[in-house]
Amino acid sequence: MTAPLLTLTDVCKSFAGTDVVSDVSLEVRPGEVLCLLGDNGAGKSTLIKILSGFHPPTSGTLEISGEPVSFGSPRDASGHGIATVHQFGGTFPLMGIGRSFFVGAEPTKGRGPLRRFDRKLAGEIAVRELRGLGITRVTDGDRLVGSLSGGERQALAIARAVYFGATVLILDEPTAALGVKEAAHVLRLIMQARQRGVAVIFVTHNVTHAMTVGDHFAVLIRGALAADFRKGERSREEITDLMAGGEAMAELEAELATYQDAHDGHPPQLR
Amino acid sequence: MTVHVSGVQPTAAAPAKPSSAARSLRSLTHRPEAGALIGTLTVFVFFVIFGGSKFGSSGGAASWLNVAAELGIIAIPVGLLMIAGELDLSVGSVLAASSMTLAIVSGHWNAPLIVGVLLALGLGLVVGLVNGIIVTRTNVPSFVVTLATLFALSGFTLGLSRVITGTTSVPLHPDPLTKHVFGMLIGNKFEVAIFWWLAVVLGVGWMLHVTRYGNWIFAVGGDKESARASGIPTQQVKIALFMGSGLGAALVGVIQTSLYNGAQVANGQSFVFNSIISVVIGGVLLTGGYGSVVGVVLGTLTFAIVNQGIYYTDWNSDWASLILGILLLVAVLMNNTFRKLALSYAPRGRKL
Repeated sequence: MTAPLLTLTDVCKSFAGTDVVSDVSLEVRPGEVLCLLGDNGAGKSTLIKILSGFHPPTSGTLEISGEPVSFGSPRDASGHGIATVHQFGGTFPLMGIGRSFFVGAEPTKGRGPLRRFDRKLAGEIAVRELRGLGITRVTDGDRLVGSLSGGERQALAIARAVYFGATVLILDEPTAALGVKEAAHVLRLIMQARQRGVAVIFVTHNVTHAMTVGDHFAVLIRGALAADFRKGERSREEITDLMAGGEAMAELEAELATYQDAHDGHPPQLR
Repeated sequence: MTVHVSGVQPTAAAPAKPSSAARSLRSLTHRPEAGALIGTLTVFVFFVIFGGSKFGSSGGAASWLNVAAELGIIAIPVGLLMIAGELDLSVGSVLAASSMTLAIVSGHWNAPLIVGVLLALGLGLVVGLVNGIIVTRTNVPSFVVTLATLFALSGFTLGLSRVITGTTSVPLHPDPLTKHVFGMLIGNKFEVAIFWWLAVVLGVGWMLHVTRYGNWIFAVGGDKESARASGIPTQQVKIALFMGSGLGAALVGVIQTSLYNGAQVANGQSFVFNSIISVVIGGVLLTGGYGSVVGVVLGTLTFAIVNQGIYYTDWNSDWASLILGILLLVAVLMNNTFRKLALSYAPRGRKL
């Protein structure tokens, strides 16, 4: 097994005294897909924001290739090779593909006052990188991002992250807003990124999607790591159970059983 | 992979390829200024027909070009700011304040004209800086912040002018050089401001559409958070743009003061909404992220043609604002349609 690329040790985050993430320890390896599972409000978003430099952790450490790091800004995190792609691709719908691809890192030609944005080159590179991810429908770098489908936008964002040297790719619910075919496409993109040796953190609450591509699974419940296991160690039902707050379901079942015992086997009446 | 692509594509794509004329027409409708171009042509033809020969004469052209030039020097930077997702309403008061600064410093106190001009332009930059800092630091919408500076600065200008000069109208006698640079009438008709407008259009157009900074402006207006995450200094970009619109308004203040040989406290308030109307007719999206300099130029021309063309018809000029109001609404609807068209881009060679 390869050495971990990104290591989290006892990471906690609290806002105004309320623990949102508590004692999360995780390892992410290159060429592996870590699926971060959890219900709404389980602390997934906060954990991602810590990893992508939006919040510093309250306590705990982050290490990249064994070196402790702390991120002062999202820029800082991306400087360390961590790229985050949000649900809608985090791109600019009314900008051309080439322009959007190179926002903040525009290729230029010419010197001094004649230095100008190389729109043609930007468009060509964007189209080429998209093609590398299997998007062949897009051939014009000036085409507006808003005219792409949801899956194509995810592809653009992933292509952009990989092009700019991301070694850890965080995908925040990339399939949540997509149809079945588009979601399958995004899952294929995840596998492509994985093949290139990128460490992928795939945040989702769709167990089927997670089971399809995941190598390693982490389930968050109320900010704590409820389970951390590798592919094949748990069944689909077990994972779903865990995510739906396995404890809560168990508690409910126990409550029902107690009630039945106390009422001669009659289930509680609904009024 | 590339081998079979280059081998197969030409034969497959050739039959469905649309004619070059159809393609260039479509690429035109996919640009932000498509609606504005139709608007400008429509009002121009309209007033050529109803305004008679006088409208088409050089005197007629001068009347709307002069209006367009002064308005355009403000509308271009205001449009840039709107592309970045912000509004600037304070331009009216900046114009008045810079006019009064020039007239008081160089007319009332008799300081050299260059001092008055520099102070007037500096005032525009300072107001822009203040607007920009307040907007970026507090996250209060720029509509409110610049509305506040519009009122505050207008009151400040009025109060201070009365304290210093005892009047609200101060004369200035510009020397020939200043008159030539800012306030001359070429051929007794065309304001020299037309050349200033041209310079602003070329400079800003280059910056927005050719340099990387243009990309930053589109990105800031398109999605501020993503732009920030991509490493763009979003706050500095916005502050610089506010300073740009302040400078534009101050420049028009200087131009008007040297053209009319004096300044009045109430100058310039009409520019507040006229600049926004020009920018919106020009196809800039009010919420940011979309627009072009050519579009703003066309929007400004449309405004000026309607504003002046009405005087060449037999109708009462009271109707001009009615036409402008309707035009604004039609322009916005048309621009929305064209924007949707641009977003529903079909790949080349596929039938629509």
